[in-house]
Amino acid sequence: MKFSLISLLKEGLTGNRGWPRQWRDPAPKAAYDVVIVGGGGHGLATAYYLAKEHGIRNVAVLEKGWLGGGNTGRNTTVVRSNYLWEESERLYEHAMKLWETLSDDLNYNVMYSPRGVLMLAHSIHDVQVGKRHVHANRLAGIDNEWLSREEVLDFCPILNPATDIRYPIAGGALQRRGGTARHDAVAWGYARGADRFGVDIIQNCEVKGIIRDASGKVIGVETTRGYIGAGKVGVVAAGHTSVVMGMAGVRMPLESYPLQALVSEPIKPIMPCVLMSNAIHAYMSQSDKGELVIGAGTDQYVSYSQTGGLQIAQATIEAICELFPMTRRLRMLRNWGGIVDVTPDRSPIIGKTPVEGLYVNCGWGTGGFKATPGSGHVFAATIAKGEPHPIAAPFTLERFTTGRLIDEAAAAAVAH
Amino acid sequence: MSRFRTGAGGRIDRARGINFTFDGRLYTGLQGDTLASALLANGVHLVGRSFKYHRPRGILASGAEEPNALVTVMRDAGRTTPNLRATQVEIYEGLAAKSQNRWPSLEFDLGAVNALASPLLASGFYYKTFMGPRFLGSNKAWAKLYEPLIRRAAGLGRAPEAPDPDRYARRYAHCEVLVVGAGEAGLRAALDASADPHCRVILCDEQAEMGGWQLNAGSDDLVEMLETLGARPNVRLLARTQAFGVYAQGAVALAQRLTDHLAAPSPETPRERLWQVRAGEIVLATGAIERPLVFPGNDRPGVMLAGAVETFANRYGIRPGERAVVATTCNSAYGAAFALKQAGVDLAAIIDLRDKPDPALAANALKAGIPVHTASVIVGTEGHKRVRSVRLGKVEPCGIVKSTDSIACDLVAMSGGWVPSVHLFSQSRGKLAWNGETGVYSPGKDAPGQKTRSVGLCSGEFPADMRGFHNGALPTPDEKGAAKAFVDFQNDVTARDIRLAAREGFHSVEHVKRYTTTGMATDQGKTSNMNALGILSGALEKPVPDIGLTTFRQPYTPVTFGIFAGANRAGLFDPVRKTPAHAGADALGGVFEDVGLWKRAHHFPRKGETMHAAVNRECRAVREAVGLFDASTLGKIELVGPDAAEFLDRVYVNSFAKLGIGRCRYAVLTNEAGYVIDDGVVARLAQDRFHITTTTGGAGRVFAMFEDYLQAEWPELRAWQTSITEQFATFAIQGPKAREVLAPLVEGIAMENEAFPHMAMREGRVAGIPARVFRMSFTGEAGYEVNVPAGEGARLWPVLLDAVDKAGGAVYGTEAMHVLRAEKGYIIVGQETDGTMTPDDVGLGWAIGKGKRDFVGKRGMMRTDLIAPGRKQLVGLETLDDKTVLEEGAQITDTPTPAPGSAALGHVTSSYWSEALHRPIALAVVAGGRGRMGETLHVPMPGGAIPVRVVSPVFHDPEGARLHA
Repeated sequence: MKFSLISLLKEGLTGNRGWPRQWRDPAPKAAYDVVIVGGGGHGLATAYYLAKEHGIRNVAVLEKGWLGGGNTGRNTTVVRSNYLWEESERLYEHAMKLWETLSDDLNYNVMYSPRGVLMLAHSIHDVQVGKRHVHANRLAGIDNEWLSREEVLDFCPILNPATDIRYPIAGGALQRRGGTARHDAVAWGYARGADRFGVDIIQNCEVKGIIRDASGKVIGVETTRGYIGAGKVGVVAAGHTSVVMGMAGVRMPLESYPLQALVSEPIKPIMPCVLMSNAIHAYMSQSDKGELVIGAGTDQYVSYSQTGGLQIAQATIEAICELFPMTRRLRMLRNWGGIVDVTPDRSPIIGKTPVEGLYVNCGWGTGGFKATPGSGHVFAATIAKGEPHPIAAPFTLERFTTGRLIDEAAAAAVAH
Repeated sequence: MSRFRTGAGGRIDRARGINFTFDGRLYTGLQGDTLASALLANGVHLVGRSFKYHRPRGILASGAEEPNALVTVMRDAGRTTPNLRATQVEIYEGLAAKSQNRWPSLEFDLGAVNALASPLLASGFYYKTFMGPRFLGSNKAWAKLYEPLIRRAAGLGRAPEAPDPDRYARRYAHCEVLVVGAGEAGLRAALDASADPHCRVILCDEQAEMGGWQLNAGSDDLVEMLETLGARPNVRLLARTQAFGVYAQGAVALAQRLTDHLAAPSPETPRERLWQVRAGEIVLATGAIERPLVFPGNDRPGVMLAGAVETFANRYGIRPGERAVVATTCNSAYGAAFALKQAGVDLAAIIDLRDKPDPALAANALKAGIPVHTASVIVGTEGHKRVRSVRLGKVEPCGIVKSTDSIACDLVAMSGGWVPSVHLFSQSRGKLAWNGETGVYSPGKDAPGQKTRSVGLCSGEFPADMRGFHNGALPTPDEKGAAKAFVDFQNDVTARDIRLAAREGFHSVEHVKRYTTTGMATDQGKTSNMNALGILSGALEKPVPDIGLTTFRQPYTPVTFGIFAGANRAGLFDPVRKTPAHAGADALGGVFEDVGLWKRAHHFPRKGETMHAAVNRECRAVREAVGLFDASTLGKIELVGPDAAEFLDRVYVNSFAKLGIGRCRYAVLTNEAGYVIDDGVVARLAQDRFHITTTTGGAGRVFAMFEDYLQAEWPELRAWQTSITEQFATFAIQGPKAREVLAPLVEGIAMENEAFPHMAMREGRVAGIPARVFRMSFTGEAGYEVNVPAGEGARLWPVLLDAVDKAGGAVYGTEAMHVLRAEKGYIIVGQETDGTMTPDDVGLGWAIGKGKRDFVGKRGMMRTDLIAPGRKQLVGLETLDDKTVLEEGAQITDTPTPAPGSAALGHVTSSYWSEALHRPIALAVVAGGRGRMGETLHVPMPGGAIPVRVVSPVFHDPEGARLHA
């Protein structure tokens, strides 16, 4: 059933009894042309675009838990494309373009809200770095503008305007098309879209082994629901990618860290944008429900614990109270963690692997949500054609051997 | 005395009336009241509006689990606290509270029109609409029209308008046993544990008074137990203290409220305090929460949890209604019925779902004249702002429900049984076990590294008088009926919403939670989660344990941001590091910039001087005479040991084996990938002793990296490092007159050019102070850096300043330093480099020790991409018009009109007006830059491209004659 105001009216008046399942719950078939391991946003988007753009519909998405239960459902929902390096600019802008029409494309309101992402500068060095981004983005045709201190305070009036504080505001870079989207809806929208093309979405199905033939080519996966044959396998398992790739004997340059986020109790709207300060490690936006959504940092040590340390949340709230002094009396409602997979250059890995028929999409670190549509789109093309999509081409696994790194973090100390 | 108050008993002080306002109306309560009990004592049941449908809501519970009664308490503009539960707010004289999320008033709320559209507002409706009309453009209607409307309608209370002036504190504590919850079980656990005087015990409870349910009885036992505990020196009692989070290895976070209950708190007293406790054992005595019954119209004001009714009656002396109906599936509600009867409330009926309730209880009820309807449920309620009557339904043996009588009442006390509070146990990552007999999850095995013990009701063991439960919605005759049976009161989630989610394929409990928002309100589902599970279990025809459980996340109840920030605000947000000469620089009118934690003097404007004029003057002084610069912020490390030189050879790209004693070398540090991450100067003080400088910002990072290599990679090396950044004050004296200025102040060092050449280091005295004097330069002029003990820095500074002044020189700041070094083509790590530049890229290939077997970064530097042609290289740029100062960070292209989406050749890394050259200069990194000398490139700007010429990055004294002068 197409979602629309009309269907909502019709169903509303008849007791909402006619809504069909948003996706089926099929038993796994014996074999698929492509098996995607990981039912988060990136994996579901990959399956959707495989079916929609490449006509490959004999596809299964295997998810060990519930759809979107990993980082898709745990992030702070920020969307932006104002990256520094051309390779990143192309990738995240590709995603941004897809965000702009995603609700229509999926017939599912993913609530993409281009309310502006404002990245603060507090020092001369911050200003230099911020302006460099603005210049680079302008050349790449990506919107990003520099705001003076006064313009920043005007745009987001709840910021601390004091000049005698430890890190007064010096200016900021604003990407107006940046904003947020509803994370769960992205997973569900892609799942429903892929399902309608015939993709089998199989939850509670954990991959236990990757099976290869004598030549080394991948022929299937062993799962908790039995063996499933596969022409090609795409691994999109975020924090657990190393484990899955290890089943095929591929060692990944990844480290996994707990990353925390938290929300306040809902309050009436106080902020119009997403606000980030890399210098004092804080970022915040306000959800449509009214909760302040706050991103914290990663633990200092690798781990798979989804709790994370109290001191991390503490440092983040400290910074939030400093930037927004009127939030001190508000209250933290929920605090949670997710496991992020981090590469040496903090940029993702999208593409082929040394094993024939095995593809991988991982290493999104702390910033994968914003890329979801673009990531799925270029990964689907890479799997379908057996060669990297031009936008994905720089993000190979080989770059760590050749040294062609795409290091956003080193360039700007940007949490992304 | 109000007619809603009983004649005697309870924990309130009937002699002490307390005046307060709610929505501007003046009321009187009693000392000991919560806002909820005080409002009930005034006959006020309507206290809030629901989130989505704006339905009138009353007080459901008596404690932390309350979903409805959210209020804003106002002291002043900065001391306004939204979303507080009226059941937890203690009243004080003059308390001003108001209701939330209603307009224009609580009594008449226009938002209630939403209820008319409620068939359209079922779970997930917003994912299905708000996407068009499409002619506006994709996503436009959502972004411009619908979302702003939704945002305005959503949200609960308002944030304060001014910064919170209150103080918050933090404490750390260790104990052998932490007991959470001071009900009977918790008190006994604390008594037992603290009998051993060596066992430190902390007992905390979120309520103002310790005692939990015992406060309803007012027992003498309680007084005695509290007295015993209070007398023991090894016991710390923390009332008004919520344990809100359990972390790894027995770490528990507590939030203590200190002043919110006071009429006039001292501004000196912190409002709240964060306790971080590390406990050998965590004893959980957190009790149980009653589950509401899910029947149509169960949300009307006047419908309350039976346990809460009993608490209000016994502890607060409240008569919460005139005529009550008790609806239950649990024995404990009979107690509420008797308490109400005792309080003088007329009992219309007990409606028990069970066909055979506990015979003794039923008999007692009948004896008290209370009609008991067995196998019966409420199938509907009437009333708008207060329940007026309930409709009784009889459950036939076949399961069909027949609606029978209507019973007039103004109070419904309901109970669906009890659910143990396992939140903290679950946060400790312990495993929960399902108990089908009691219909609850209870604590199972501890997680590794945790030692917990659950005692009392939270263990899942219920006494006989608390048995009986129902999970999920009550049977109703009319599934399609328009009346709503609420599961999550605050988020307006009904039983039908959960069934709809199940129909649409949301079968995981996490999906249902997210799709319907059940359990996601500020109460975090304390009263709703088990019912939601029960309904889902019915809809999917799967037993509850097969459905799973949502994660219990910290905090247990919302925690004020302020306690996390503590005193770390404004000037204390981060430590400020000041150099020993800071006061001197300040007195000279220095303008400071933040570099890391340091304050560094950026420039020293004289009266009426602009920044540019000041910087130009400072540059001239250095080039023509002499300048004084405070370089104390540079990181400094002393490295000692027989293998110190070997260690340096391994970490830096340079070779140090042959560095003579008393000599210095510029040193470049790369990471394993082969990229420049720091630079500095290494001086050899003795065969086994080095003085190393790092960048200001990199000091901590470099020290940590060295320590990592020393401890983890090469533990066999006999070398030890000490940070000496703060042991020395460092002053640079630079310029053609540097020697002339410094020499008269120096003792014990031969200052002649030959005796003390460039890149040498000597120890002696300067102005009588022991000093390490380096001859080196970051300006291109001959110069010295004088290191004296930090404590002497403030004494040396004016001496040097005076000498420099007399020589016609000037003090200069970081901006002039930047200009001077750029004129000479010296890089700044973090400006010319960005973590992607090799030493060769920035013209430092010469620094790499060619004969070395290995060093950090060597393998990385040999990778194909790092030696490929076309890498970005450091060059100088001159604007063709000789006037325009380029903007730092600007991009460089080979065409003045790059197509949108073009790739850049590189970017401008540093750009200044050069006073020495009387023209703008810039440093840049450009693809294949060193092969482009003389080429014209372009810097595209919003107003058009600026043409530039590629030149050598060394603009000033390329031969270096001045350094050695």
